[in-house]
Parts: sequence; C-alpha cells; structure tokens
Amino acid sequence: MTDFLNAIVALSNFVLVPGAAYGAQLALGALGVTLIYGILRFSNFAHGDTMAFGTMATILVTWGLQSIGISFGFLPTALIALPIGIAITGLLLLGTDRAIYRFYRKQKAAPVVLVIVSIGVMFVMNGLVRFIIGVGDVNFADGARFVINAREFKEMTGLDEGLAIRTTTLITLVTAAIAVALLFWFLNKTRTGKSMRAFSDNEDLALLSGINPERVVAVTWLIVAALATTAGVLYGLDKSFKAFTYFQLLLPIFAAAIVGGLGNPLGAIAGGFVIAFSEVLITYAWKKVLVYLMPENLEPSGLVQLLSTDYKFAVSFAILITVLLFKPTGLFKGQSV
Amino acid sequence: MTARGFLLYAGMALLIVLTGMFQGWNLALTILNMGLISAIMSLGVNLQWGFAGLFNVGVMGFVALGGLAAVLVAQPPVAEGWNAGGLRLLGALALGAAILVGAVQVWKRKIGGRMRALVMLALLIGGFFLFRASLDPAVDAIEAINPSLSGYLGGLGLPIIVAWPVGGLLAAGAAWIIGKAALGLRSDYLAIATLGIAEIVIAVLKNEDWLSRGVKNVVGLPRPVPYEVDLQRDEGFIATAAGYGLDPVTASTLWVKILYSGLFAVVLIVILFLAQRALASPWGRMMRAIRDNEVAASAMGKNVTARHLQVFILGSAVCGIAGAMMTTLDGQLTPGSYQPLRFTFLVWVMVIVGGSGNNYGAVLGGFLIWWLWVMVEPLGLWAMELITSGMDADSWLRGHLTDSAAQMRLMTMGIILLAVLRFSPKGLMPER
Repeated sequence: MTDFLNAIVALSNFVLVPGAAYGAQLALGALGVTLIYGILRFSNFAHGDTMAFGTMATILVTWGLQSIGISFGFLPTALIALPIGIAITGLLLLGTDRAIYRFYRKQKAAPVVLVIVSIGVMFVMNGLVRFIIGVGDVNFADGARFVINAREFKEMTGLDEGLAIRTTTLITLVTAAIAVALLFWFLNKTRTGKSMRAFSDNEDLALLSGINPERVVAVTWLIVAALATTAGVLYGLDKSFKAFTYFQLLLPIFAAAIVGGLGNPLGAIAGGFVIAFSEVLITYAWKKVLVYLMPENLEPSGLVQLLSTDYKFAVSFAILITVLLFKPTGLFKGQSV
Repeated sequence: MTARGFLLYAGMALLIVLTGMFQGWNLALTILNMGLISAIMSLGVNLQWGFAGLFNVGVMGFVALGGLAAVLVAQPPVAEGWNAGGLRLLGALALGAAILVGAVQVWKRKIGGRMRALVMLALLIGGFFLFRASLDPAVDAIEAINPSLSGYLGGLGLPIIVAWPVGGLLAAGAAWIIGKAALGLRSDYLAIATLGIAEIVIAVLKNEDWLSRGVKNVVGLPRPVPYEVDLQRDEGFIATAAGYGLDPVTASTLWVKILYSGLFAVVLIVILFLAQRALASPWGRMMRAIRDNEVAASAMGKNVTARHLQVFILGSAVCGIAGAMMTTLDGQLTPGSYQPLRFTFLVWVMVIVGGSGNNYGAVLGGFLIWWLWVMVEPLGLWAMELITSGMDADSWLRGHLTDSAAQMRLMTMGIILLAVLRFSPKGLMPER
C-alpha cells in the first residue's frame, strides 16, 4: 500500500504537476493562435515572439517595481507588473496591425501572404527583444519558491517520496483558469464577444448585420496580447526567460491549436494539455515510479525512458501528424480542412 | 534576363568588388562563397514557392541533412565502432523500418475498423520497445569507443564531392515522407509540418552520437581543394604568388577560396540551367497553372497532389545539396549551429526579396541578402557609434546600445522583408 502511494506521489511530482503547468501555458498560447486564426484567418508565426515581447515588457516593469521597493509578498512581483506588460504588448500589436496587417486585409490578400508578413513581423519582434533585453537567460521569479516542498511533504505524510509544489506552478494553474474563464465569459456573454464569434463564423453575414470589422480585429489583438503576455510570463516564471526558447515554443503551440481544431478555443485548451502531457509522459524516466509498483526481481535496470528529453519536439510533431492524417479538422471541430 | 536584371546583377557584383577593395578580398570571397550556397538554397525554395506555391519552412532540416551526408560520405570509417556494434545497429534500424512499413500495410488492409486500429497500435507499441531493445545496446557499444575523439561509426571515406548529390538524396527522402503526410491538406499545415521536421532533424543530429557525434561536432572533414599549408610549401605556387606581388600566406588563402567559388559556381550554374529549363517546359507551365488555380488544373486532369509532391521533393533536394556544400566549405558539422531564423527564414527573405517565381531573382536575392546579413553588423555598429557619439563615454545607455548593435541583423531583415512585401510584392526581379 505504501509502495502504491509512493508511486502515485512520485508520478504527481514528476509528471502530473509539471505537465499540468506546462499544459496550461501551452493552452494559453494556443488560444492566442486560434483566435487570430478564427478572426484574421492566418497562422501567426510571430506569436512566439509576441509572447517573448510581452514577457520582456513585464520583466522590465518588474525590475522597475523592485527598484522602488515594491514586492508582492510571497507571490512574484511579476504578477503586479503583468497588467502593465499586457497594456504595452497590446499597444505594440495594435500598432503592428495598423502599420502592417491592415493593408493586406483591405486588399483581401491570400492567407499565405499574411503568413509571410507575419514572418517579417516575427523577425522584427525577435530583433526588438534581443535588442532591448539581450539573448541571455533572465530569471525574474521572486517571492516564495515552494508552496509545499519535498521535505515538508515527507514529514507530513511519512512517505519516502516527496511532493514539491512550486509557487509558480500553482500561480500558473490559477491564472490560466481565471484567464480562460474571463475569455469564455467575454466570448459568450458580452456583445463584443458575440460579434467576434459571429465574425469568425461568417464574415459576410457579420458585416451585413452591421458589425464593425476594424473594431472586432482591434479587440482580437488586445485579447491576444493579454493571452500571449500571460502565457509568456507564466512560462518565464516557471522556467526562465530566453528569447530563443520562446521562438521554439511556436511548434508545440501550433501543434496544440491544430490538434484541438484551429479556430476553436475549447479545442486549443484541450490540445495544450494533450501535447503537454504526451511530451512529459514520453520523455519521463519511469524507473522512479516502476520501482514501487513492480515486484523486486522484476525491477527495471535502466531508466525506462521512452525517448530522451531532447526529442520532445518529435512528440508534439508525431501527435500533430497523426491528427492531420486521421482527423484533419482536429479533435474538436475546427474551422476548415 | 531583362535589362533591369543585368543592371541589378552588375550592381551586386559591384557591391562585392567594393567590399573587396575596402574591407579586403578575403572577406569579399567569403561572402561570395556563402552567397553562392545561399543562391542555391534560394533556388530550391523558389522551386517550391515560386513554381508551385508550397510553403516550406523546414529548409533548415534539409540543409542539415545535406551536412550529415558530408560526414557519412567523406569521413573515414571507424573500424572499432563497426566491430563493436555496427551491424547490430543496422539490423535495429532495419527492424524499425520494417515495423513502420508493417503498420502502414496493416492500415491499408480493408478489415473492419476497430480491429485494424488495435492491431496497428499493438504493432507500433510493441515494435517500439523491440526496436529500442535492439538499438540501445548497439548504440552504447559504439559510443563507448574512444568517445572524446570518435565514438561514432564514421563515414564511407569517399571524396567529399560525392556527398553533394547524396545530401540531395537524403533531403529528398525526408521530403517524400513529410510530403506524403502533409501535402493535400491546407497550406498552413504543410508549413507547421515542415517546421516540425526541421526541429526533429536537428534533434537527431544533436543526440544520436553514433551517427554524427552530436554536439561534440565532427571536425576536419576532408576537402575537395588543397590545404593552405601544402600550397605554402609548394615552390611553384610561391613563385606564381610572388609574380602577382603577394606573400604565400595571403595568396594561399585567397586561392583556396577561389577554388571553392569555382566549384560552387559550377553547381549553381547547372542547377540554375535545369531550373530555367524546367520553368520553360510544359511541366513548368503545368506547375504554374496548378499554383494559380488548383481547381481548374485538377479539372483539366492534372494530379495536383502528385505534382506538389514531385516539386516539393525536388526543391528539398536542392536545399540538401546546398547544405552538403556548406558543410564542405566549413570543414565541420556543428549541429548546434543550425538556427531556424538563419537557415529557414533568411532563405525565405532571399526568395521574396529577389522575386518569387523568377530563378534569376532568387539567385540575386541569395547574394544580396547574404551580403546584407554579413554587412549589417559592422554598419549597425558604425551607426550606433554615430548615434551615441554625443553621449557620455561610460554612460549605461551607450554601452547597451553598442553591445546590442550585433542584434540589428534580425530587425533589419524583418524590415526589408516587410518593406518588399508592401511596396514591391513581386520582388526585385518580378516573375514577368
């Protein structure tokens, strides 16, 4: 019995808790991608760098707050800075839309042209982030590190395995839940949200009913700024901030959005967790859990790791290809094939 | 080529000559060599995007496969490694391939729904463990042999020029797999799929030490041209160099670079010639017809997906050739140095700026954007020094700005791309 409990604790500690946090971060990122796809109808390659920019803005504000002596108790200061970071990112995205994307929207350019344009925006944003904050690792988490650390947990329960819950993990889950709840309330209950959904479903019909497309687009960019910045800050708090890592998040985020069904917000959330858990489950060394579950003579000698952690991209990719082959519209029905 | 084209090419040549006169011929030739390689990559992407409208953002992966070919073909074989587990390893790989083929065959059988899925799943999962069980010991045995110097299987020990077509073949194979899965779906999906395969190729190169030594890098690849030190000892060469008023050291570095330029130029001209002929042929007309209106083309009886697969493979093979050439020029394979912004998206900037659909434009874009990529850094530093010249010598902002000048590259490339897309979407040399 104790063995079984130990196995469950080890599993939660190394797989379930980190997987849930990573899944929430991916889900927030995928929500941004899927919203842009639904409303503006292109895959935004600049999304990873938007997240990086938002995180950078938040980090700069955090440093400003810290230098005048403001902190948030046991929570990271970055949470106070987050709204300001979102506002800065929102301004940047609105400016980008005004200066760049609007021209192509007026022309009714093909989606693939917009994708190439977004690659240009990606370059500029990436350059901007590197220019302002550099390419190094930035660790900006402060406040308490753990809600429960492994030693306290062991003393509390008397088990051999410890369960450590980091503050950032808890914050990630709570913040993501709040953000998702707000988003769905906005999309389903408010007038603007409903007009956004109408625009996404049928653009011509929405225009005929007097919906102002520019307003819908502007609101979309603001929501995307909020989602991207939140996702980026949570990821940065959990790990650390590095411009290049954020660019690499693009692949799992896209995979999550497509697996869930592009253009479908609910699908994006499901997709985020599917991708995150598969990555963690497949790259985790199972020995620690199996040691408790198997009889002594059958205990594994190796690490029982299905794939090395460096192949985590391969996991998101394999899931993506499987879904594309067997269910091209995604698990939840997305917008188009 | 039009008069405008000749002018643009003359301007490009002038830029390289000016670089040679003001900053040294060594730098000018370095830029020329990478420019030639970039032009080939850009031709490959132009085949896919310009001819067929396929959106491939996995160029980096195909380039890296070309680089792997250089190692597999040209490095001498490591006999101890082969003895330790070479055959076992090949057997394991064959087993893995057989399992995949078996799973596909099961899926193709027309037996009832759930049973088929279950059998395939069982085959894949069981096969995976079997594959790992046979692969891992072989890999451990090979990597254990002298890990600091070799620890891998080596290559075939053939001349490195052979690696160039082999690189193309490797890339074509990868393109076939990815094309089979993702072509025929919407264009964004192909983009994401290629982005993924590129990351996976790099991950394999970084982690499979038995294959490419991973992040330990393979250095000292054989060369198709003589070594500088040999030239410097050669009496005849010293005499010729002296005839031009050059000291042997400078002359040898320049001569080696010129030889590379000659080799690369031959490849570029052959590929450019073939691409031009293809564009003008009925096949090229068909590709453009498919690109411009898929529905109409398939109504005319053209197999759109099969043609897409064909051109996708061809374009990727060209990128693979360029990748093998680049690794030859570097003389080493460093998997850690492959960055998507540099090897995928920069090539896209080259194609768009040069003029998509126009082979001469793609080549020009390759040279021009590569020249800019190299020159932006000194120019940016110079601009930053100008801007900050009024500031305090040890002010914080001045230090930060001059340090960040190195990051100007990406932003400049983005701005160039956006400006071209906005004001001249057909590029410097439009398709027609």
